Amino acid sequence: MPEETKKRLSKLGENVHSQLSQVKNPDINLPIRALSNIYFDEKKKLIMLGGKVSHRTYLNVAHTRKFMQTMMVAAECKKIIDQNVTISIRDLYYALKRTIPDTREETFDSQGESDPIIEDLEAAMNTLREKLNLKADRKGYMAGQIKILDGRDTIDASRMGSSGWGIPSNMEPEKIHFKDNKAKFILVIEKDAVWQRLNEDRFWEKQNCLIVTGKGQPDRGTRRLINRLHNELKLPVYVLTDGDVWGYYIYSVIKQGSINLSFLSDRLGTPDAKFIGLTTKDIEKFKIPGNVTIKLNKGDHKRAKEMLNYVWFKPKEWQAEIKHMLQVDHKLELEALSAKGIRFISETYLPQKIKQKDFLP
Amino acid sequence: MSDIKKSAQELAKDQREISISEFFEKNRHLLGYDNKMKALLTIVREGVDNALDATEESRILPDIYVKIEEVGSDKYKIVIKDNGPGILKKQIPNIFGKLLYGSKFHKLRQSRGQQGIGISGCVLYSQLTTGEPTKVISSTGDGKTHKYDIKINVQKNEATIMKEEVTEDKDNKWHGVQVSFVAEGVYREHKQSALEYLKQVAIANPYANIVFDSPNGRVEFVRGVEKLPVEPKEIKPHLYGVEVGIMARMLKDTKARTIVSFLTSEFSRVGSLSAKQIVKTSEIDPMTSPRKLEHKEIVALVDAVKQTKLSRPPTDCLSPLGEDAVSAGLKKELNPEFMATLTRPPEVYRGWPFQIEVGIAYGGSITEANLMRFTNRVPLLYQAGDCAITKAVSQVDWKRYGLSGDKLPDAPVAIFVHMISVWVPFTSESKEAVASYSVIMKEVKLALQDCARKVGSYLSGVRRAAAIKEKKSIFEKYAPETAIAIEELTGKNAKETEKMIIKLVEDKWGEIVKEDLEAIENAKKKNGEPAESSEDESGEEEPSETEKGEEESEEAADEGHEGEEEEEKEVKD
Repeated sequence: MPEETKKRLSKLGENVHSQLSQVKNPDINLPIRALSNIYFDEKKKLIMLGGKVSHRTYLNVAHTRKFMQTMMVAAECKKIIDQNVTISIRDLYYALKRTIPDTREETFDSQGESDPIIEDLEAAMNTLREKLNLKADRKGYMAGQIKILDGRDTIDASRMGSSGWGIPSNMEPEKIHFKDNKAKFILVIEKDAVWQRLNEDRFWEKQNCLIVTGKGQPDRGTRRLINRLHNELKLPVYVLTDGDVWGYYIYSVIKQGSINLSFLSDRLGTPDAKFIGLTTKDIEKFKIPGNVTIKLNKGDHKRAKEMLNYVWFKPKEWQAEIKHMLQVDHKLELEALSAKGIRFISETYLPQKIKQKDFLP
Repeated sequence: MSDIKKSAQELAKDQREISISEFFEKNRHLLGYDNKMKALLTIVREGVDNALDATEESRILPDIYVKIEEVGSDKYKIVIKDNGPGILKKQIPNIFGKLLYGSKFHKLRQSRGQQGIGISGCVLYSQLTTGEPTKVISSTGDGKTHKYDIKINVQKNEATIMKEEVTEDKDNKWHGVQVSFVAEGVYREHKQSALEYLKQVAIANPYANIVFDSPNGRVEFVRGVEKLPVEPKEIKPHLYGVEVGIMARMLKDTKARTIVSFLTSEFSRVGSLSAKQIVKTSEIDPMTSPRKLEHKEIVALVDAVKQTKLSRPPTDCLSPLGEDAVSAGLKKELNPEFMATLTRPPEVYRGWPFQIEVGIAYGGSITEANLMRFTNRVPLLYQAGDCAITKAVSQVDWKRYGLSGDKLPDAPVAIFVHMISVWVPFTSESKEAVASYSVIMKEVKLALQDCARKVGSYLSGVRRAAAIKEKKSIFEKYAPETAIAIEELTGKNAKETEKMIIKLVEDKWGEIVKEDLEAIENAKKKNGEPAESSEDESGEEEPSETEKGEEESEEAADEGHEGEEEEEKEVKD
C-alpha cells in the first residue's frame, strides 16, 4: 500500500520534470475544492466533489509559490513514507519551513499555507492524509460501553474517567477496531462542556449509548469514527448542537460531509444521522424561559438565508425550522437548558426526545 | 460756544489717535501680524506682491531681491527690491506713510489684491515694534535716486519724513523700488514661512526671478519662462452678482438719466433689449430717475434681474498662467518625475467670471503630498481647512487614480490649484480661504480629476514596468526549491532541473510580458496627448447659474462593483 502512494508521488514529480524537459509550462491538475465544484448526490445523500479541475502552473505569478510548495510537500511525504514514520501536519510545516536562498522570504509563512496543500494532494492523487503518513492533533472525545483495539492496546471507553477517550486522527480500519459494544445508539454533542455534564451523569450507562464530542466542528478522526460506528455496528446517530445556524451546519457536516473535504464524504459523512436538538421549537415544547434565548445578529440572518438555499437543507422540516428561527428572531445555546435545572438535559430533554423520536431529518 | 468747539476738536483728535493704533492692535489677526513668525511673512508678502504688481503693470519681467537678516534678539531687517518702474517722488509719502491708501481699491480687475492693510501696515508694524523708520529707495530710471526714511504720524495718518536724499548719476539706469524695514519677528522655515511663500510665488509666477538671502543662506528661484502673462482687462460688474445694497449705492452715484441707460452703461453685457426687459419685469415706471428709486423699487429691480437671461460676463478680464507656464513653474521648483496640468475654460459664480488651473506633480524632489492654493498668483498659506480648494481636493477619490489616501493622496504629489477671478470670494477679511461656491468646487474637482487621471495612468505604466521586473524575479526565486523537491521525488538532478526552469522562463518571456508591455505603451500614449481639451465638458455653453448637474458620473460608475464578495465560506475541518 505505501508503495502505491509513493509511486503516485513520484509520478507527480516525473510529470513536472517531463514538461520542463519539453520546455512546456509545468501544470499540476487539482480538483477544485469549492462551492463551485461540488454537488449533492441525492442517492448517497452526500456532498460530492465535481469534475472541475484547476491548473496550477509555474509561469503564473499567482501560482509559482504554491507550485513550489506543492512539490515540497509531495517530496516530504515521500521521504517520511520511505523512513516509515508518521508525523503531524504541524511537523510537516516545520520540516519544510526555511528561508528561500538570497531572499527574506520563507518557504511557508504559516501552517495555514501547508495544510491546504496537503488536502490538494489528497484530492489530486485520490489518497488520504493517513496514507501520506500524516496525522492531525486529536480533538474529539468518546465515552460509553465499547472497547477499542488500537494497535496492541485494548481500551475500555467506559473506564476513561472524566476525560473520555481521545479520538485519534487516524481512525482507519488498519489501525482501529471495535469490540464488545453494548451501546444502542451514538449521541454526538457539539459542546465539550455539555459532553462532560452527560459523562458525569453517566448518561451513556443509563441510556446505553456512546457519547461523542468534536468540540465544535468535529475533525476528520471524529467524523470517521461516527461513520464507522454507524456502518460497522449499525448504530443510529443523533446529533445535539446549539439551536443556531452554526450548530445546524455542524450537523450537516457530520451528516453529508463538507465542501472543503467533499472528496472524502464517502468516508466521513453519515447520511443516516438525525438531528435531536436544539430547535427553536423546543423553546415552546419544553417551556424554556424567554430570557435565555439570544436575539439573532446580522451574521445569523445572512447565514440562515444562505442555508435555506443549500440543497441539503431542502427537506421541508429544515426549511420550516430555519424559517421559524428567522421569524421568532431567536437562537439558543445548549447551556440554556440549565435554566430548567442542571440535570434537565440528561433526565428530561434527551430521554423524551429519543423516546418520542422527535428528530429532524 | 468756542470752548466747546475746541474741546470737541481735541476729542476728535484723541479719538483718531486711539482709533488707528487701536485698530491695528485689535485687528492684528486680520492684518497678518498675529504672531512674530507670521509678521515676517506678512512683510515679505506685502513687499513682493507690490513688486510683482508694479513690474507686471509696466510689462517688465520681474527681478526681485529679498533679504531677511537678524539684527537683534527677535529683531530682523527685511529688504525687498524690484526692477519695476519706480514710484514718483510725490507718491512715496502717500504709499508708505498713509494707511488704507491705494489705487487697487475700487478697480474691477484681476489683481493680487491686498491682504492686510498693505505696505503702510508694514511701516506701522516696524515703527510700533522697534521704533525704526522704513527706508525707501526709488528711481524711475532717470538717473535720480530718491531715498527716504519714513514713519507714520498716527494722529494725522500721514507720513513723517525723517530723512530725504536725492543722488544723481547719469550712468545709473536702475529703476525700481527698494524698501527696508526693521521689525520684530521670528524666522523659521516651516510650511507657513517666508521661504515657503517665495517658493510658491516662484511656482505661480514662473516669469519672475527671485533671489532670497535668508538668515540661513541664499536661495535662488530662477526664472522659468521669458513671457509675462497677458494683461487682464478691467470689467464692469455683472448684474447677477449685484445685491440690493450695492445696487442702491450704484443708483445713487450714477450719472445716467434713465434706468435703462443706467443698466446698459454701468454693467457688463446688458444690451438695451435686456435692460428694457428688466425694467418691464420690475414694473417700475421707466421714466423714474435712477437716483430717485425707492427701496421697494430697488428690490423689485434686483428681483427682475434674476428673472432675466443675460449673457455671461466677458472673460478677457481673466489672465490664467496657462498649462505650459504652470508646468514650467512646477518643474523648475519641484523637478518632478511626472506632471499633468489643466487650465479649465472660464466659468461664472454669481455673475463673476473665474477660472481654475490645476497641476499635479509626482515624484522627483517631492517627498509627500502637499496642496498649494493660489488666488490670482498669490499663495494662500493659512486657513487651509476653510478653503473651497481644500474641500474639493478632499472630495476627489484619489484611490481610483492609483494614489491611495483619503483626503490627500498618500503619495509624493504636489497639488497646485489656482483660482483666477476679478473678485475672489474669500471667507473672511484675512483673505486666506476661498468661499465654497459649488460651481467653484466643481471646477476644481473636474480639473483635479483630469490631472489625477493622467498621473494615475502614468503610475500604472510605471507599476506595470516594475511588475515585469518583479515577475521575472518571482519565477527565478522559486526555482531552486522546486528543483530540489523534484529531485527528491524523481531522483533527477536538481541543478539540471533548475537550469530547465530558467530556460523555460527565458523562452516564454516574450509571451508572458506581451500584455503588460502593451498596457505600458497605451499609458504612455495617453500621457502624450495634448491636455487642452477636457473630456468632461459637454453642453455647458449656457450661462446657467444652476448648481446642479454636477459631473459625478465618474464616481457613480464604480459604485456598483463594491460589496460583491464571492461567498465561499466553509467551516474549518
